[in-house]
Amino acid sequence: MARIKTLLAEPLVLASIAILVLLAAGEFLSPGFARGDQVTRLLTVSAILGIVAAGQSLVVIGGREGIDLSVGVLISLGAFTAGNVMNGVNGAILPAVLTAGGVTFAIGIVNGLGVTLLRIPPLVMTLGMMGVVQGGLVVLSRGAPSGNAAPMLMGFVNQPLLLGLPGILFVWALIALAMWFLLRRTSFGYAVYAMGSNERAAALTGMPTGLLRTLLYGLSGLFAGLTGVCVIGYTGNSFISVGDQYVLPSIIAVVIGGVSLAGGAGNYFGVMLGAIALTLLQSVLTTLQLEFWGRQIIFGAVLLGLMLLYGRQTQLRV
Amino acid sequence: MTGMSMRLRGRSWLVTLLALIVLVAVNAVLQPNLFTGTVLKSNLTVFLPLVLVAIGQTYVVLAGDIDLSVGAVIALVNVVTVTVIAAIGNGVGAVLLGLLAGMLTGMACGLFNGFLVAVMRFQPIVTTFATGIIFSGLALRVLPTAGLPVPAPYWRTYAGSLLGLPVTLWIFLTALLLVALLSWRPFLTHLAAVGGSRTGAFQTGLPVARIRIQGYVLAGLFSAFASLCLTGETASGDPLMGRMLALSSISAVVLGGTALAGGSGSAFGSVLGALVLGMIGNVIFFAGLPFEYQTLVQGLITLAALAGGVLVAGRQRW
Repeated sequence: MARIKTLLAEPLVLASIAILVLLAAGEFLSPGFARGDQVTRLLTVSAILGIVAAGQSLVVIGGREGIDLSVGVLISLGAFTAGNVMNGVNGAILPAVLTAGGVTFAIGIVNGLGVTLLRIPPLVMTLGMMGVVQGGLVVLSRGAPSGNAAPMLMGFVNQPLLLGLPGILFVWALIALAMWFLLRRTSFGYAVYAMGSNERAAALTGMPTGLLRTLLYGLSGLFAGLTGVCVIGYTGNSFISVGDQYVLPSIIAVVIGGVSLAGGAGNYFGVMLGAIALTLLQSVLTTLQLEFWGRQIIFGAVLLGLMLLYGRQTQLRV
Repeated sequence: MTGMSMRLRGRSWLVTLLALIVLVAVNAVLQPNLFTGTVLKSNLTVFLPLVLVAIGQTYVVLAGDIDLSVGAVIALVNVVTVTVIAAIGNGVGAVLLGLLAGMLTGMACGLFNGFLVAVMRFQPIVTTFATGIIFSGLALRVLPTAGLPVPAPYWRTYAGSLLGLPVTLWIFLTALLLVALLSWRPFLTHLAAVGGSRTGAFQTGLPVARIRIQGYVLAGLFSAFASLCLTGETASGDPLMGRMLALSSISAVVLGGTALAGGSGSAFGSVLGALVLGMIGNVIFFAGLPFEYQTLVQGLITLAALAGGVLVAGRQRW
């Protein structure tokens, strides 16, 4: 029994079980839910959430109450920038991706500088940045949607590329590989974990913690910008609040994936499973044909249930 | 560290007060009739809900927690209140019962949050986000669409005067009195002790869980007050009311010099913070900026104020 409990507390195991149960539930509720093309569709949506959650998980692993609330507006900014640079032209996809990623990376670096140099708590810094970027988007777009995805980008996100899978899934796999390599096979990764579990000790051993942390926020911005490109590829065009819906799910995917919000622990594979589980949950709840309020309550309750399994903090009485 | 910031440590609300005075002065120049009764009253009506939520949020933040569900609590309290009033029959007695039902709803939400965070030891950010989803779901269940007007005695009283002073001013003063009463009780010291060092507070024998729950219940109650004020202003039910207030209340608390890590700060500071946020909006409106620049400038000033406040208050340490 104790062993089963330990196993269940393992986020990877739990998230995998959750995914299987949700798939079974979906198939039971609406036959065809777990069919290949449907699963591909779900994975595409999960990939979009998973890419932004990659940045979020880096910031969280880096510790000191790391969190990035600005990812939502950065997704919107990325989608807006990419959409306006390419404007439906296939040849302009690469410049669009580079511009969107560059702009959001730079804003992420500003977040990081605020957190490290000025020592503003991350929640406050990224919340403030959210207001600024939102305002910037209003100025840039004058409130009207503008910019279009190039047909090739839309095909890349929505149409099968290889083995019946769309290109975005391969990008996601590449990102997963890069995250694994970065966190587990480079000194940068080890420094991030060290800093996340004990910043003081990390700094005293000579790690440039300020630089590292600034980079983490920059990367979070970059991933948000790339997510923006995927979002506009998925829907074809964008509006200025298109990214808002990803902020809290990105944090929840990180938590479901077993990354401790206290920092210093967790890996990206868990987060990927977390993103898939969360997307599946939303999809199953839609399939249930419940009214909106019912779906919301169940969604909230399931999140609380997940917290019960491994989102708990240490007991004061030892 | 310079002498000035040494003296200001833990007293960054002084800076916020200074900012408020500057903003009022600028506003007075831009809007010459600022100090007339009508304008002051309408300003107070606009600022009051945020002031109240920010006061409630302070008690949660002081204990080292956070409450992202306050926006949803506001919506739930609003729909419960208008539904109860309509169900009982729109008389004065019905209004009073409706107010009572609203306050009890707010406190119940706070109790639920507090139980999950303090007793079940769930992570506060994700938990209150999840409960917020549940509360909004419940709000949509109670009242699916905006509507259901409140009877005239409710909004007439709210817009009216008592002993020559506007009712909104009385509410504001009562809230300040409540804050003062609370700050004279050992409760506030206990709250700050729990936020400053949870283990330390526990080892001193403080009932840590109970104190944290009390913080959440206060946040729920003050959110209910805010909701009842908003209801007096809009005179109808709206299941989506108060959306933006959760994040603004956190900004107000930080501007007011309360450390997000918990342990130090005051609700009076948060009142100043909320007023500063309101005045920033005012000044920008009257400065005659083109409409599309208003959000950007507001975001920039808010970020600068947050950064400035944190800088002066003494930076977060390892």
